[in-house]
Amino acid sequence: MLPIDRDLQRFRDIVKGRVRKELRRYMSSGELVGRKGNDTVSIPIHSIGTPRLRHGDNKKGVGQGDGDGDGPGEGQQAGDAEGQHVLETELTIEELAEILGEELQLPRIQPKGQKDARTSNPRYTGISVNGPESLRHFKRTWRRALRRTMAGGEYVPERPIVVPIKDDRRYRSSRIKEEPRSAAVVLYMMDVSGSMGKEQKEIVRAEAFWIDTWIRHNYDDVETRFIVHDATAREVDRDTFFRTRESGGTLISSAYKLAMSIIDEHYPVDSWNIYPFHFSDGDNWSQSDTKLCIELVRDRMLPIVNQFSYGQVDSQYGSGQFLKDLTEAFPRDPRVVCSRVANREAIMGSIKELLAGGR
Amino acid sequence: MSKISHRFLREGRALPPELEEARLQIQSLARDKYKLDFFETVFEVCTYEEINMLAAYGGFPTRYPHWRFGMDYIEMQKSYEYGLSKIYEMVINTDPAYAYLMDCNLVVDQKLVMAHVFGHVDFFKNNLWFAHTNRKMLDQMANHATRVRDLMDRHGASEVERFIDVCLSLDNLIDPYADHIVRRRPPSQEEVDGAERDRGVVARIPTSSYMDRHVNPKEWLDQQKQAREDALTRMRSFPEEPVRDVLGFLLEHAPLERWQVAILSIIRDEAMYFAPQGQTKIMNEGWATYWHTTMMTADILTDAEVIDYADHHSGTVAMRPGQLNPYKMGVELYRDIERRWNRGQFGKEWLDCDDPRARAAWDTGAMLGREKIFEVRRTHNDVTFLDTFLTEDFCREQGFFTTTRDPRTGQWVVDSAEFKKVKQGMLQMLASRGTPRVFIVDANADNRSELRLVHEHEGLDIQLDWAAEVLGNLAAVWGRAVHLDTWVEGRPTRLSHDGARMTQKARAE
Repeated sequence: MLPIDRDLQRFRDIVKGRVRKELRRYMSSGELVGRKGNDTVSIPIHSIGTPRLRHGDNKKGVGQGDGDGDGPGEGQQAGDAEGQHVLETELTIEELAEILGEELQLPRIQPKGQKDARTSNPRYTGISVNGPESLRHFKRTWRRALRRTMAGGEYVPERPIVVPIKDDRRYRSSRIKEEPRSAAVVLYMMDVSGSMGKEQKEIVRAEAFWIDTWIRHNYDDVETRFIVHDATAREVDRDTFFRTRESGGTLISSAYKLAMSIIDEHYPVDSWNIYPFHFSDGDNWSQSDTKLCIELVRDRMLPIVNQFSYGQVDSQYGSGQFLKDLTEAFPRDPRVVCSRVANREAIMGSIKELLAGGR
Repeated sequence: MSKISHRFLREGRALPPELEEARLQIQSLARDKYKLDFFETVFEVCTYEEINMLAAYGGFPTRYPHWRFGMDYIEMQKSYEYGLSKIYEMVINTDPAYAYLMDCNLVVDQKLVMAHVFGHVDFFKNNLWFAHTNRKMLDQMANHATRVRDLMDRHGASEVERFIDVCLSLDNLIDPYADHIVRRRPPSQEEVDGAERDRGVVARIPTSSYMDRHVNPKEWLDQQKQAREDALTRMRSFPEEPVRDVLGFLLEHAPLERWQVAILSIIRDEAMYFAPQGQTKIMNEGWATYWHTTMMTADILTDAEVIDYADHHSGTVAMRPGQLNPYKMGVELYRDIERRWNRGQFGKEWLDCDDPRARAAWDTGAMLGREKIFEVRRTHNDVTFLDTFLTEDFCREQGFFTTTRDPRTGQWVVDSAEFKKVKQGMLQMLASRGTPRVFIVDANADNRSELRLVHEHEGLDIQLDWAAEVLGNLAAVWGRAVHLDTWVEGRPTRLSHDGARMTQKARAE
């Protein structure tokens, strides 16, 4: 523990406070998207350094070098620039999720029923008389040896030499321990037909980032699956999900069917909490397909999922009809949550709507 | 002083034998053979975490609590852990001086660092710009820390921290020469009496009465009268002379709580302590580099160490394209001076000679080089150092050039390699060290107790977004609105901050 750790802690608190204060901006600008590592999110903090009176950036500099055409010729400004204006710092996903939860006043998710995926971890809690040398328990071994030596009357307190023999050796042994771990799968579905533009996809991307952050915070294990659809649906990886652009018609039911088959195949309902999220601009090919969708949601999905979420991103071409149809079909069902995202500014409110149920 | 932080200073870890041996050898070399004159120097071996902490603390083991130390620390930690940078040496200007060695360095690195450090300590002790620094700063810093903690207990940690933030944003508005010059001298009794006695009375040139209105015309008399009045007004105005030491002025005149005065004075003390290091960066690093190269290559290196030494030394003096390395710049200048004075290349005859062949062959055998560089290290700071010794020959040999931002592409491009421009650019860069020169000229602007400052514009505009925050902080301390007269994009402009926001308007000039 160095004295500076206190200053460091204070600095981290300030960073957290800053993120809290500017959460809305981070959410609507999408700045954090793509900055997620395994456990941490790298966060650009604006103007956290000490402002001082100083010269602007337009200053001239003096450099040194060969200056003969290539290479050293191009110089950056010389002189002593003060600290950077934008600072990169890291928060753990946990910390970020906590801030998100507090600011949006999200309730913690109650995992449904006894849906625990059992995972088995070996834990080295037992002792056995044989095992690999790397797991030898020195203290136990020595104790056995000491006991034997004393029992045999060979122990001399002035010269306490204890030599273990093979029988004395003790080893750590593993017990397989079953631990309940709560597991969730998030299925993202997105309409990639022509009417979903770049901006719409960026919004979906930002939404997915925050949904991920929150659901990861609430479960031990989280898996994500990605489905894109126009008139047909296919499963893709995360990267493709946000990049694909197709043209052509839209049959939403295709995505729901694919989602169901993925769930049926990989995620038995008794051990997984299931979260389908569907994003589109609200256009569907036909009223009859919409009917099919509603049947799929009502009859196939709702019995097994924690919550079915639909986010409708406004676009220039979308009619927005699907949102109306859904809300009419499920007027009071808390398991169906719909949210309309008019623009980037609305992301924060939309996240709150989608996650406020705590389901 | 906190106990933990001094773990590695007082109770200390004795240097391991091979380093102790090296230390004794280098110390006696520096002192006896090369006549360096330094304070007793204590070396401490530290882990990289400790080194980074010390670096964040400006070299001192105990500082007042503040988040920016944590911020600097985490940045250095990351940068070290990712292998981007590493702090080789650090030494503080105290008596005795403390220097820190990183425990994972090679022995040859430690030797290099020791030789380098003795150069620094000699510089601290002898350079005149350091003459007024507090050599017991180690204790003073610790006292500051205790005092701030005390105040935090009493007035609330966040309250005090907020005020420290405010003060820090003003801490470059000091007069780095304040300790060397008496800026303000109270007017002598004679001056005061004289001004009072003569008020309104104007000396006429004696002449006959009919000539009087030609010899002493009314306009002239009025002018005289006005000058007298102006002098008296000036005496009445506050401050009488423009004040560069903004922090000092605020300390004396701003309406502050006692605890705020204590904080402000701590911040000013520390800023003043560090000021000479900013003024002598090139000279100081150059001097230390000169001595580590001299000692290492002439006396210390063993055969086995040469490669590692060369590798690390070249890292120290390496130049990133287009950037100025103070180590390189300094050491090359000292060497140039030494060479010139050894060959007698100075004085009127040398300056008058413009035959390149004669100049190239010039050697009077004066051998005054060593003596000269010792004198230089005593009396100069970076600005005067470069102004005096940066010659056209040197400039050409070293390949300096000026850079400018291409307005079209926003890229930095080479502007010129012309000696005059290079030297001017360099001096300008040094003279301000990035800090605009700002003076308080009126503490009762418009008779409303508002503070008016003037920026001495030397071709570079002030960065406006930061200026807004700084002026806001200044207004917070002063308690009334503040104004800063400057130029923005060539137009005379007044920046005003009323405590809530900054406004910008044109002003007459």
